[in-house]
Amino acid sequence: MNADVLRSYLPLYKEAAMLTIRLGLLGIALAFLIGLVCAAVLYCKIPVLRTVVRAYIELSRNTPLLIQLFFLYYGLPKLGIRTTPEACGVSGLAFLGGGYMAEAFRSGMEAIAPIQLESALSLGMTRTQALSSVILPQALTVSFPALMANVIFLMKETSVFSAVSLMDLMFTAKDLIGLYYNTTESLFLLVVFYLLILLPISLVGSLIERRLRYAGAGL
Amino acid sequence: MGREILRIEHLHKEFEGKTVLDDLSLTLAEGEVAVIVGPSGCGKSTLLRCVNALEPIQGGSIFLDGAEIHADPRKLPQLRQKVGMVFQSYELFPHKSILDNITLAPRKVQKRSREDAEAEALTLLERVGLADRAKDYPRQLSGGQKQRVAIVRSLIMHPALMLFDEVTAALDPEMVREVLDVLLDLAKQGRTMLIVTHEMQFARAVADRILFLDDGGIVEEGRPADFFDHPKTERAQRFLNTFTFETVKE
Repeated sequence: MNADVLRSYLPLYKEAAMLTIRLGLLGIALAFLIGLVCAAVLYCKIPVLRTVVRAYIELSRNTPLLIQLFFLYYGLPKLGIRTTPEACGVSGLAFLGGGYMAEAFRSGMEAIAPIQLESALSLGMTRTQALSSVILPQALTVSFPALMANVIFLMKETSVFSAVSLMDLMFTAKDLIGLYYNTTESLFLLVVFYLLILLPISLVGSLIERRLRYAGAGL
Repeated sequence: MGREILRIEHLHKEFEGKTVLDDLSLTLAEGEVAVIVGPSGCGKSTLLRCVNALEPIQGGSIFLDGAEIHADPRKLPQLRQKVGMVFQSYELFPHKSILDNITLAPRKVQKRSREDAEAEALTLLERVGLADRAKDYPRQLSGGQKQRVAIVRSLIMHPALMLFDEVTAALDPEMVREVLDVLLDLAKQGRTMLIVTHEMQFARAVADRILFLDDGGIVEEGRPADFFDHPKTERAQRFLNTFTFETVKE
């Protein structure tokens, strides 16, 4: 492995990593929101909407992100909708992640005994109030490990962004290998940068998880 | 007796085709304490749950202070503020402190200020002897203490009617008294209460009226002394006999 090569590649990888982080976090944040709304619809058993949500969850979880991205990138312009590669990447990740987040939130909410909801309702709270102040905060503790696993999984899924010409880490590595054949250095940096992004997320996640478990002990 | 707080007319309730409450009628005046007793599975808890619409009903109507409860689901949050309910399993919110448990509904639902709600919460906690636990979490409290907090949490909404669903059934014997004393105190203050309990001595002490429920209907009702000393119906006699052991040793 050549140190000079590594050093000269570093700025390119840094830039690519920033793109991966930026689009990844944005997509994950949107996935969170989608998941939360979908889970609330399922929990409240809202007619019609719950069927739509179920269909969405099945569709998003049972098709690969690559195919979803192709649909957005090549399909939407055919329908006359103009998009950018970045918008495709973010919305593709949000579409995929929304389904997974919805299931994580839903299982957490359903783990809270229904009588907690009744007790909130009997105090005069509306369903929305009961959900946001009583059910969700408790469900979040239960769902946290699953949500964290989703965040890591989605962050890794960003590696297919290169397929829609986004210059992320994967794109950069492939590009450099194609240009200079420094395969070892290029792949080494790729692994290092993904680890640099994901390890802190994992560590912080398990730290928070441990604290939550301590706080929730003897519920 | 004062004005009418609760009126139940020809209530019919079934679960999946099985009738639980059948043609049940009942009125409760302001300041009245009615205790519902009866064998398990007779529909006591279901009746309470129907009163604040935690259960849908299949026939009849329930009026709270003149307003029909099951008429319009959108008015339910409004109506439920007038009915305090205390559950057998306390159902405090485990992620909130005692003080937050009590002030959550006044602040969210009645839009009262934090200072105002907390001041009243502390006064009420003082009255049930738990003012020093305000900052604690439910998991740090004993069952009897949790149940007293649950009662305070209902009281702070100033309900016109309080429902108690076997509130001492999950407690160790030595904690039963501390909770029942709170209920007796409330009765003395002239609160309107509908109580389901298996504590017969307590029922006798607290009730203005006993309702004996069996097979989904009120089989017998009367003043505690009459009911416990001279039950009229054979079913009530049989029920009361299960609480004594006189017939065992002969």
